[in-house]
Amino acid sequence: MNREPLIFEISDAGKRAFGFPALDVPEAKDLLDGLAVREDIPGFPQVAEVEVVRHFTRLSQQNYCVDIGFYPLGSCTMKYNPKVNEKIAGMAGFANAHPFAPADTVQGCLEVIHRVEKALCEIAGMDAFTLQPSAGAQGELVGMMLIHACLEARGNPRKIVLIPDSAHGTNPSSAHVCGYKVREIKSNESGRVDLADLAKAMTEDVAALMVTNPNTLGVFESDICDVAGIVHAKGGLLYMDGANMNALTGIVRPGDMGVDVLHINLHKTFSTPHGGGGPGSGPVGIVRELEPFLPVPLIVRRGEGFGLEYGRPRSIGRVRSFYGNFLVAVKALAYIQALGPEGVREIAEISVLNANYIRKSLEGIYHLKYDAPSMHECVFSDKIQKDAHGVSNLDIAKRLIDYGVHPPTMSFPLIVHGALMIEPTETESKRDLDIFIEAMKAIAREAAENPAVLKSAPHHSVVRRLDETAAARNPVVKWEKPSAR
Amino acid sequence: MYSRNFGYTKDHEWVAVAGEIATIGITDFAQKQLGDVVYVELPAVGTALAVHQTIGTIESVKAVSEVFSPVSGEVVETNGELADAPEIVNQDPQGRGWILKLKPANKADLDALMGASEYERYLEGLEH
Amino acid sequence: MSYISLSDNDKKEMLARCGVASVDGLFGCIPDGVRLGRELDLPAAMTEPELVRHFESVAARSTYGRYLSFLGGGVYHHVIPAIVEALSSRGEFLTPYTPYQPEVSQGTLQVIFEYQTLICQLTGMDISNASLYDGASAAAEAVLMAQRLNNRPRVLVARSLHPQYRETIDTYVRNLGLAVDEVGFGDRGGLRSAELAAKLGPDVCGVIVQSPNFFGVVEEVEKIAALALGHKALTIVAVAEGLSLGILQAPGKLGADIVCGEGQSFGLAPAFGGPYLGFMGCGKDYLRQLPGRIAGLTKDVDGKRGFVLTLSTREQHIRREKATSNICTNQAWCALRATIFLETLGQKGLREMALQNMHKTRYARERLTRIPGVKARFSGPVFNEFVIDVPGDAAAVADGLKAKGILGGLALGAFDPEWKNGLLVCVTEVQTRDTIDRLAGALEEVLR
Repeated sequence: MNREPLIFEISDAGKRAFGFPALDVPEAKDLLDGLAVREDIPGFPQVAEVEVVRHFTRLSQQNYCVDIGFYPLGSCTMKYNPKVNEKIAGMAGFANAHPFAPADTVQGCLEVIHRVEKALCEIAGMDAFTLQPSAGAQGELVGMMLIHACLEARGNPRKIVLIPDSAHGTNPSSAHVCGYKVREIKSNESGRVDLADLAKAMTEDVAALMVTNPNTLGVFESDICDVAGIVHAKGGLLYMDGANMNALTGIVRPGDMGVDVLHINLHKTFSTPHGGGGPGSGPVGIVRELEPFLPVPLIVRRGEGFGLEYGRPRSIGRVRSFYGNFLVAVKALAYIQALGPEGVREIAEISVLNANYIRKSLEGIYHLKYDAPSMHECVFSDKIQKDAHGVSNLDIAKRLIDYGVHPPTMSFPLIVHGALMIEPTETESKRDLDIFIEAMKAIAREAAENPAVLKSAPHHSVVRRLDETAAARNPVVKWEKPSAR
Repeated sequence: MYSRNFGYTKDHEWVAVAGEIATIGITDFAQKQLGDVVYVELPAVGTALAVHQTIGTIESVKAVSEVFSPVSGEVVETNGELADAPEIVNQDPQGRGWILKLKPANKADLDALMGASEYERYLEGLEH
Repeated sequence: MSYISLSDNDKKEMLARCGVASVDGLFGCIPDGVRLGRELDLPAAMTEPELVRHFESVAARSTYGRYLSFLGGGVYHHVIPAIVEALSSRGEFLTPYTPYQPEVSQGTLQVIFEYQTLICQLTGMDISNASLYDGASAAAEAVLMAQRLNNRPRVLVARSLHPQYRETIDTYVRNLGLAVDEVGFGDRGGLRSAELAAKLGPDVCGVIVQSPNFFGVVEEVEKIAALALGHKALTIVAVAEGLSLGILQAPGKLGADIVCGEGQSFGLAPAFGGPYLGFMGCGKDYLRQLPGRIAGLTKDVDGKRGFVLTLSTREQHIRREKATSNICTNQAWCALRATIFLETLGQKGLREMALQNMHKTRYARERLTRIPGVKARFSGPVFNEFVIDVPGDAAAVADGLKAKGILGGLALGAFDPEWKNGLLVCVTEVQTRDTIDRLAGALEEVLR
């Protein structure tokens, strides 16, 4: 396939794609007086509509996506994105509503936010939610700020946050942006938080422990109540990264495990599309004590309808404009409404079934560092293939592309070297799971018989392995008009 | 394979002393762990460093590593070649890939370093 | 409704392989004490036809669409070409993951590369990231970036900055010990440069100003940047109305060191607050301090051109607590829509659109200020919004207009009681001479 040119490479003067009606008000002669006005931008595109359509259609064909096949990406929860949710989010009453509109003209929108908050409270077992954070990372930041505000109100915001060594990178990063110092807690031999290590580290200088449950190994922290007890006994708060909620829905609720603050990813558990890297939404749930500190505004009941409440003197403020990624919340509500209570429970039941099916099918072929039961994801490693044939998880992942499957997560958890973190969500069919299993088995055989084909994979994609070193050493991050000869 | 004249740290830095000047870099083991080096962050000349204070960072595509000063002293020179050719750290980590030179403040710091055989034993003991 | 894809046989076979009789057997690791033990208290499931009917009635409870709206204030009603919707709704753009595996994500990565180029072209900056959440959080990230770059403890913020941008900055800096000082605006409606000069000092890391500002007034960026440079402070220009860059000079050409802003005007619906599109660009020396994802050009093993996410070592998943920001997601799909929009409008289309906004705004301003009692509050030039002072409370006037089916503007008393006579009126290319005349007529009646 020929590489698709950059739009700038097919741009030329005289081509236009979109026109406006003639100006129907008088033209002001002095319109631009006193203003610094721009010249023409060298190289800004001038193309025809057909060219734009073909350009983007052809580019889209170079993308793998959920609509094409399975993403075994651990902790990403790449489930099917229902198309009816797109239709609903596109309804004019939602899509065209201006966020500064008077409350009585946008009751439908306020109702959606309120109902999502309420549904999440029920699913997560928390007392209140805010939908303002735009993504999981921003949700974590809000969570950390809420913890800081709560502890400050109690008398001492404290200085340290404890984070397991298995945690995702946003966890320590978010704690740091909030001004906390991070201290690592070791995982024990079953991959769970080491209670003894936690008890030693948990002092009255520690504001919170950030956990993921199930953790990034896909293992349920069965001592979670003891964990909560240790943290609470010293006056700290328990934060849960809800990235792995897919394993819990309808079965167990973070609020019932002693969690004080958590964030959920609507673009994971609640089926909203990833869009190639956003937009997401990272609602934050809390126990009642933290309610005064929630970001403004709150969506509240007013008479028969809903309104916005800004008078919140102890609020942490806001982390973005307006109320959050509203259309993402619309899609999540439609999803929850479509599923109903049994359907929401089925998410956890079937995702755990799918994950264990994969685990049982690949055990013995790939190395499993931790023996504990897997929930919705399992973490293999490249140890067997590496020790015997010098083949790494990267080589295995790149070869999977030749088999028509997206690679699994590899770069974490940091406590498993050469990780292959596999999460098959509940929407995967057995056929697609079997295709993946057979591909992994074939690759294990190839590792023994023909490791070179793995090391030089992928062979059949539109580009092959890319030189990421050169990209970082000499960054070229935009197109530049070639200088005239 | 590790030069007998150098001192080594557990964080995989090396020190070579010539007269009043100590040259510092990272070991071959460290550059292998990092992968292709894409950028080296260096301190300013004149910076006073304490033992184990962060000198700067070395970035590869997928990782960042802090470099810690094995000895205390004042930075007198940094390796100007690394800005345009960071790959020298991979190619010749204990020669042309040196990071900085400093004037040691305390001779006793050098005594605390590992010798070459001790460092090689230490590497064997590490789990890969 | 269920999106499970397993047949009864499938389940039987899979349970057998897992060695359990039912799925319950797979949840043994969950202690009894924490199990929910009951069905979730949620509304009953709906089939697709029921779902659509239900949400149609919820959407209909928003009556906003029945009004003639002149609302702006950081979110703008603009045309969105049909191909933006058609192309962005393709599953290959809507449903992929983040492009961490570049061999199967070249579509997304090339779009990001084109987006970055367009933002650099529009803002006059060397480097752009792959987008941030929105204009407000982009402004906060820009302030944090300035602080990291020169390590000074104070930042100056224009009082004419969008109040929500200001609130967001305040929230982000609170726990990091950065002091925020305000610089006021004058009768022109823009930043008071004398006040800025007095407040600049060796402890100021930067000054952030919005242009066009919250009142719609175009700031004197070149003057402000020169003052800041004199104290080695950085100039951050926030652009809440991205379309203004179609006609106004690029902030990079006026001395800005960091440009940030909101790209909602580039093909994103108002969407009751989101998702939107934060953009950010800077000079090439600051590349390593720029937050967010960045796509870069490279070659594959066969020498073919390709794109990858690069410089990831700035980001949270590698540098963890030492990252430039904790941001993980960008707004890739929103950036895609903006890219399609900008490439569709092109050089000429964008300029024409921007000019139409300005002409119609000028016409509206003249018509409204001819009404007895109505005055333009500020004398400075505007892009597509302006503030009129009305007798008494602007909120009451807005209510009067609303009763006539018109949302005439934002009553500014909600943001600051000092501004309670002010109404912020926004006129974009979607308005016509007729709609503007209708607003003028209605306002005249309300004030009589």
